Amino acid sequence: MSVLVVKDLKKSFGKTEVLKGVSFTLEEGEVLSIIGSSGSGKTTILRCINQLETPDKGFISVADKVFFNGVIGKDSAEEKRRRQLLVGLVFQDFHLFPQYNVLKNVTLAAELLAAEEKDYKENKKQIHEEIEAKAKELLAKVGLSEKLANYPCELSGGQKQRVSIARALMLEPKVLFFDEPTSALDPELTGEILKVIKSLAEEKITMVIVTHEMSFAKAVSTKVIFMDNGVIAEEGTPEEVFDNPKSERTKAFISKFSD
Amino acid sequence: MSFAEVSLELLEGFYQNCYLFGATLLFALPLGLVISMGSMSKLKILKVITKAFVWVIRGTPLMLQLFVVFYVPGLLFGTPMKSRMTAALLAFVINYAAYFSEIYRGGIESIPKGQYEAGQVLGMTKTQIFFKVVLMQVVKRILPPMSNEIITLVKDTSLARVIAVSEILMQATDFSSKGIIWPLFYTAVFFLVFCGVLTLLFNFIEKKFDYYKN
Repeated sequence: MSVLVVKDLKKSFGKTEVLKGVSFTLEEGEVLSIIGSSGSGKTTILRCINQLETPDKGFISVADKVFFNGVIGKDSAEEKRRRQLLVGLVFQDFHLFPQYNVLKNVTLAAELLAAEEKDYKENKKQIHEEIEAKAKELLAKVGLSEKLANYPCELSGGQKQRVSIARALMLEPKVLFFDEPTSALDPELTGEILKVIKSLAEEKITMVIVTHEMSFAKAVSTKVIFMDNGVIAEEGTPEEVFDNPKSERTKAFISKFSD
Repeated sequence: MSFAEVSLELLEGFYQNCYLFGATLLFALPLGLVISMGSMSKLKILKVITKAFVWVIRGTPLMLQLFVVFYVPGLLFGTPMKSRMTAALLAFVINYAAYFSEIYRGGIESIPKGQYEAGQVLGMTKTQIFFKVVLMQVVKRILPPMSNEIITLVKDTSLARVIAVSEILMQATDFSSKGIIWPLFYTAVFFLVFCGVLTLLFNFIEKKFDYYKN
């Protein structure tokens, strides 16, 4: 079964129907870009899958584990939390923890999880060393080995976003989601983030990226979805969607962004 | 009367102020947190009750509250307050807990939603998010208003004299009724020294939190 399955997902906020029945699947190692204008429901899809919003209707599963089917999804906090570990989310505006340094931002969640294990007390020192080593490796991967002891307020936007990518990778999610990862950044800083995401794609990490960077989406993804007004207006390979869009809406949207 | 004798007697009075100050903090700081939880509750009825409570406490003079706590149990239920200090403490704790609760609420509500969401998507429990992510940031944010309120408390303790708690100003007015007026002005030194020490302490704590920006 596909690593990510979304079927007929519906979500309204008050009277506004934001998602009007969205379905798609994603295979392991694929990179999906979701494009579309503001308010088309892109971010809401990510928030529903990452359990930050409860959908009204539909079905979601990640790595064969049901996240939502109308019953599951409204269950206990502990169940919800265990499922959460299968997915990771990188926010548009980072949401790093300001009081912790870069290294601690990355290790915190893993340490809290490890502390709940039965054998934690006996192997405390070793467990912490392992977690730290893994965090350092990830931070090296995103090019921040020099900044381990720095605090978020001392970093540039691009560096903050790279920390938050390392933080999300730390828990080894089955699918990693990006919510407009470069939208809060200066144009000259977006490049460093896109480079990191590209390198993750080369490692065959399954990702879903909501983005306005069209050329990036075209280069990095194996699959593209164009959202319009709460529905999928077009989906296919990057070549199909960008070079030969079928619907007029897609054509208009892409031509607006490609100049 | 010599300077030393006066000082000693005023010091005795000031001990009452310090006791009232310390004991009020000890009870009002945690009670304020409980009240702030109530005023942020999703249970509408609880929210309304706590908001009304805070309104009444903040909307009436502390001096009046001292009278109420001291006299009303005796007048209504025939069980007069045995100790003046206990009555004063009770009134102070209730009053300051109400003010503290609003400071806590302001601090907690000022933490961006994203901090909670970041904790949640990293698989943290609500308790972990509160203690590991939010709490430190709240403390940093509420330190300035908190120190303000706590320094006000130091001076408010002398209001306890309206129900005849023999605090420093009461001692000093005793002197002036005997014709010695200067001890009344001398009491300022005690307050100034105490508040000075507190200010240094708060500056020190704020510095400790300076290593990061929210």
